[in-house]
Amino acid sequence: MPVQVRGEVVSLRRAGLYTVLTVTAPGVPEITRPGHFAAIAIGDLDSSGLILRRAFSIHGVQSRGIYGGTIDLVIADSGPGTHWLTQRRRGDALDIVAPLGRPFSLPRDPVSCALVGGGYGAAPLVMLAEHLRERGCRVDVVLGASTEDKLFGVLDAKRIASTVTITTEDGSAGVPGRVTDPLVDIMARANTDVVYACGPMGMLAAVADVASQAGILSQCAVEEAMACGIGVCMSCVLPVIGDDGITRMVRSCVEGPVFRGDRVRWADIGTVPPDTLGAPSSEGIPR
Amino acid sequence: MTTQLAGIDLPGPVLTASGCAAAGKELDQFFDITAIGAVVTKSIMMEPRSGRATPRMAETPSGMLNSIGLQGPGIEAFLEHDLAWLRERGARVIVSIAGGTTQEFEAIAHVLRQHDGFDAIEVNISCPNVSDRGQVFACRADSAAGVIASVRRASDPAIPIFAKLSPDVTDIATIAQACERAGADGLSLINTTLGMVIDVTTMRPALAGVTGGLSGPAIRPIAVRCLWQVREVLPDIPIIGMGGIRNGSDAFEFILAGASAVSVGTTVFHDPSAPIRIQNELASLAALRGFTRLRDAVSYAHRDPDQARVEDADGDLELPEWV
Repeated sequence: MPVQVRGEVVSLRRAGLYTVLTVTAPGVPEITRPGHFAAIAIGDLDSSGLILRRAFSIHGVQSRGIYGGTIDLVIADSGPGTHWLTQRRRGDALDIVAPLGRPFSLPRDPVSCALVGGGYGAAPLVMLAEHLRERGCRVDVVLGASTEDKLFGVLDAKRIASTVTITTEDGSAGVPGRVTDPLVDIMARANTDVVYACGPMGMLAAVADVASQAGILSQCAVEEAMACGIGVCMSCVLPVIGDDGITRMVRSCVEGPVFRGDRVRWADIGTVPPDTLGAPSSEGIPR
Repeated sequence: MTTQLAGIDLPGPVLTASGCAAAGKELDQFFDITAIGAVVTKSIMMEPRSGRATPRMAETPSGMLNSIGLQGPGIEAFLEHDLAWLRERGARVIVSIAGGTTQEFEAIAHVLRQHDGFDAIEVNISCPNVSDRGQVFACRADSAAGVIASVRRASDPAIPIFAKLSPDVTDIATIAQACERAGADGLSLINTTLGMVIDVTTMRPALAGVTGGLSGPAIRPIAVRCLWQVREVLPDIPIIGMGGIRNGSDAFEFILAGASAVSVGTTVFHDPSAPIRIQNELASLAALRGFTRLRDAVSYAHRDPDQARVEDADGDLELPEWV
């Protein structure tokens, strides 16, 4: 169950184009699983002009230490809210709601896992890799970005994974191209049983497709714009096929952010497919 | 401590706002939802509804636009899952209903009449009327009154009906009077006001639905103005005030303008425990201003200019009885 806590900034450090924020979050690390996210209020609760929380997947946790429990978040400075976060200083207060969402499912048996991260989408994969290794799983990591400075988590991945493959679209690091290019070979070589992915929607769609074609399950953590992060505002929906075969517009904040790749209707994101439960019956009538 | 609202007793004067609290379950993780006045549920329609495509939301200065499109499970699933849970939990409930036609509103009221476990109905008349080229019911006195009269007729007479009004009208007082004459036991003021954002990168409307409802602190002065204008012409009707309330001081402003209770909406996205926090802050502020009963502060800003003001409390604050 998520909690709302007042945290204190412990540190900010640069990592490529990103900022890794470490903040105290009493009670949060103990209940955080890989794939959970945190929603942070921007500015003061009583006066901020930016009233929507920003959601970040939790990159790491430390449950003990001189600061008590802390969490690490990876911030890409991409607007006024994230910019404000990158300007915090040690000791500043932050209002945190965490852990949120449905985390990655972990295999019971020591299977072979491929982890695919796009840009700072790699943030939750380090903790995931550690959990998988503890269970005796083989872990192969593929990290990709458009350019080298947008890669995240390369050193951590090298520490944990059996193999690490880097791709950049401009060829500035690793293999030129996209994460899906080397993925097929890696899956064949490592006898991959399950693929975990986090990154932009287009990348997730491609990874889910590669996994499906190989008859392998994939778990994809989506990045959908959220207003509340706790399941009340209905902003962050996407079309997902349920166990009953019916497509519904489901909330990525509570039913996700991790979905089975074969259940998300990737090509239909941003639309309401006509066969969705409760879809408008005819065009032209305002619904 | 209880608050009286249209003849029902509630645990306090702060409610959730429809569409900002789902059916209470998510917020119950952050505070005890039985300690606030009531949960006002997301507007429910007859059938399951997918809502609109994304993007459904855009942040704006001190506010946000939303265009959700009334996504919901339909009345039957709502009764079976959401209302059953709220009842089991012991929360007080105001069921918000929506419809595309007057007949749909009436049909939902009929279904609700076969059930208990809720305290009042809020009628969301800020929906497009499919029989009238999508004109919003709340924007015309006759269509607003038509819906209210139908819902009033179809509902248990012991259940109060609140008409939720849109600020996007020329004269909200006229609409309010029409709803009162049609049998509304109370009013909810205000719904979102229509807005639009264009994304200057894509150079297209930011929302898939093109326009959306603006909410949050940005609209608070509009809400206070609407409340004031309606209170001037209807001195006695119970009003739930809402629109950008984010602290006890904002809530008190609505009480002074004429609200008997307030709803906290968009602020919940910012602070999921806001309703209980605001209820506590409101109690302290009312006590500080010298009110021993919140009822005495309702419409207090409308008093004669030469009437002496209640004196601020000195010494230890005694929190008011809400009644």
